[in-house]
Amino acid sequence: MKRMFTARTLMIALFAAFAGHSAALAAGGGAKHPEHQHWHFSGVFGTYDQNALQRGYQVYETVCSNCHSLNLVAFRNLGQKGGPFYLAECPEGVADSIDCSNPNDNPIVKALAAKYKYQVTDGPDDTGEMFQREALPADRIPPPYANEQLARMANNNALPPDLSLITKARKAGPDYVYSLITGYEDPPPTVNLAPGQHYNPYFEGDMTAVMKPEYLHQGHPVDGVEVPPGGTLAMAPPLADGIIEYGDGSPQTVEQYAKDVVEFLMWAAEPKMEARKALGVMTIIYLIILACILYWSYRKIWEHLKK
Amino acid sequence: MSHASTYKPSTGIEKWLDKRLPIIRMSADFMDFPTPKNLNYWWTFGGILAVCLVIQIITGVVLAMHYTPHVDMAFNSVEHIMRDVNYGWLLRYIHSNGASMFFLAVYIHMFRGLYYGSYKEPREVVWMLGVVIFLLMMATAFMGYVLPWGQMSYWGATVITNLFSAIPLVGDDIRTLLWGGFSVDNPTLNRFFSLHYLLPFAIFGVVALHIWAFHTSGNNNPSGVEIKDVKKDAVPFHPYYTVKDGFAIVVFLILFAAFVFFNPNGLGHADNYIEANPLSTPAHIVPEWYFLPFYAMLRAITFDIGPIPAKLGGVITMFSSILVLFVLPWLDTSKVRSMRYRPVARMWFVLFVVAAVALGYLGGKPAEGTYVMLAQIATAYYFAFFLIILPLLGILETPKPLPRSIAESVLPKASKPETSAAPGAPAAAE
Repeated sequence: MKRMFTARTLMIALFAAFAGHSAALAAGGGAKHPEHQHWHFSGVFGTYDQNALQRGYQVYETVCSNCHSLNLVAFRNLGQKGGPFYLAECPEGVADSIDCSNPNDNPIVKALAAKYKYQVTDGPDDTGEMFQREALPADRIPPPYANEQLARMANNNALPPDLSLITKARKAGPDYVYSLITGYEDPPPTVNLAPGQHYNPYFEGDMTAVMKPEYLHQGHPVDGVEVPPGGTLAMAPPLADGIIEYGDGSPQTVEQYAKDVVEFLMWAAEPKMEARKALGVMTIIYLIILACILYWSYRKIWEHLKK
Repeated sequence: MSHASTYKPSTGIEKWLDKRLPIIRMSADFMDFPTPKNLNYWWTFGGILAVCLVIQIITGVVLAMHYTPHVDMAFNSVEHIMRDVNYGWLLRYIHSNGASMFFLAVYIHMFRGLYYGSYKEPREVVWMLGVVIFLLMMATAFMGYVLPWGQMSYWGATVITNLFSAIPLVGDDIRTLLWGGFSVDNPTLNRFFSLHYLLPFAIFGVVALHIWAFHTSGNNNPSGVEIKDVKKDAVPFHPYYTVKDGFAIVVFLILFAAFVFFNPNGLGHADNYIEANPLSTPAHIVPEWYFLPFYAMLRAITFDIGPIPAKLGGVITMFSSILVLFVLPWLDTSKVRSMRYRPVARMWFVLFVVAAVALGYLGGKPAEGTYVMLAQIATAYYFAFFLIILPLLGILETPKPLPRSIAESVLPKASKPETSAAPGAPAAAE
């Protein structure tokens, strides 16, 4: 028994070392660590809150989509199982022959696609010309800019990143996105920002580059002056209280908007999360039962050798 | 420890086949293989690794049906797998976490071999084939990580392929050959995909040799004493070890599943969810966790050694850290296999594990200040362990008395005072 115990302890220690190491990797940089939030989707049994997803889509559609694309998400995804506008059954007034659980026939999704603020470029048509048309559920959500150059020109030479994977493409992604869009501050007195630049303590950057010359000596801050955390970015604070009208009576605050849009973006990055966790719980239960049966078999088979 | 075949073909077809292709005999002998009765749970990692390899090959073959190896499409084709392919997310998360699980298991397997002297006569070839498998695994994993064409894929590939340019005279040509051009680009991605698909089958072949080799020499065991009496010291592989390995494999799969289903990106790097951009270098380029110890050794050499520039020195150090394993059977001069009977060597071994884990930690830290110094100390110890400590200990150390046989080593403590001094009885005796 003692031998097994040492083996197990060492395995646990080894794994703890690896885990600790990845945690160490996650820290770093001169930016403030994102504020930890409680998310509906975190944890083994965490799921997306469909109402929050719908509100989050509304925030994206009203605010974020003015500059940020969502290239990996199609309208039909909004109506798939687990999506913001999934319908198990058709609302009243829809013909019986229609299956609303099919995202392509989902009336909400069809309407969202058709009245979306940007149209889809299609073509060439019979005359060889490209043309604009209303989006269909099968289309990806159209981007605000036709290309990178246009996006940069409109945004002070900064490129607004695509948001499809943003919550997975940053350390502690959901907390980070939430902290960034709610965490803008007035620039500290030691720095001098160029027009069109905004200070955010959660943004990765190097603030020494924008410090006023009187606080610097050969590129380093003088004694008693600290480099402020974070960095500067071209995105102005995107949200303000009351700018979006919620239909369900949720508070119309910056914090609520931010939480909802992060939930939506997490869904956009990981649309199969609910299916994954559900399958995971069943898989682990199955494996534990199998392990018990095998352990019992092992004891049984080895029994006579141990006398 | 090849054993006399006990297979007796019973039916006409079996007799007919046995004279032409004795494949049933081979399988029967495999299942009957006399295996030391005292193998503990550390010995289950061989079976676990075989399962890892099969999982990687099966998921990989299906992923390749949906993946597009082109710089403009690779990243999005992976996302297509994640979103639109039925259970594509499952295949992809199993495959990416499978690489980590594979390395976790192989490191435990290697430390086990080190501790119990499984590389010593007559198992030198088993060990060396194992090192070949390890090298092939590293190459396969490295090229596989490039395929999603994220930022870490691209910049990791750039850093590692650039290392080859440090080789004098032919370095630049080798690098050009690896790239298929003059930077990491579409030809690089194409050849990496091709080789990433090829090498696992090479691994499979060397694994077969590895198993063949230890079926010739016989398994080592925690006592390090060879089987003397097959009846007393050994049991048939099946059912005794199929069931024990089976249990261990399922326990390992629970850990595996916990990562796949509940923290699938926990062992990865966030930057790899940003599409590769040759014009934007990430702030910290770090390899996957399983390469960090070697990455730390590479970066530990910050100084020129005589005519050898620091960069080349780092590359030599990194490759030597694996090449030294090939000569380990001849560096360790002790006749005693198991460190269970080598109290002094055991202390140095524990320190070696600490150094290896510390290197893993340091590889993930920026190469500056104290981190570099600590990495240099750990690297020095890594090599000293093989090149100085093990050769000397064989001469200086007085090992504890060995049990006369495996059977004796697993007898209850009360009846055998001399072996009870050894740290813990084997698992089979628990």
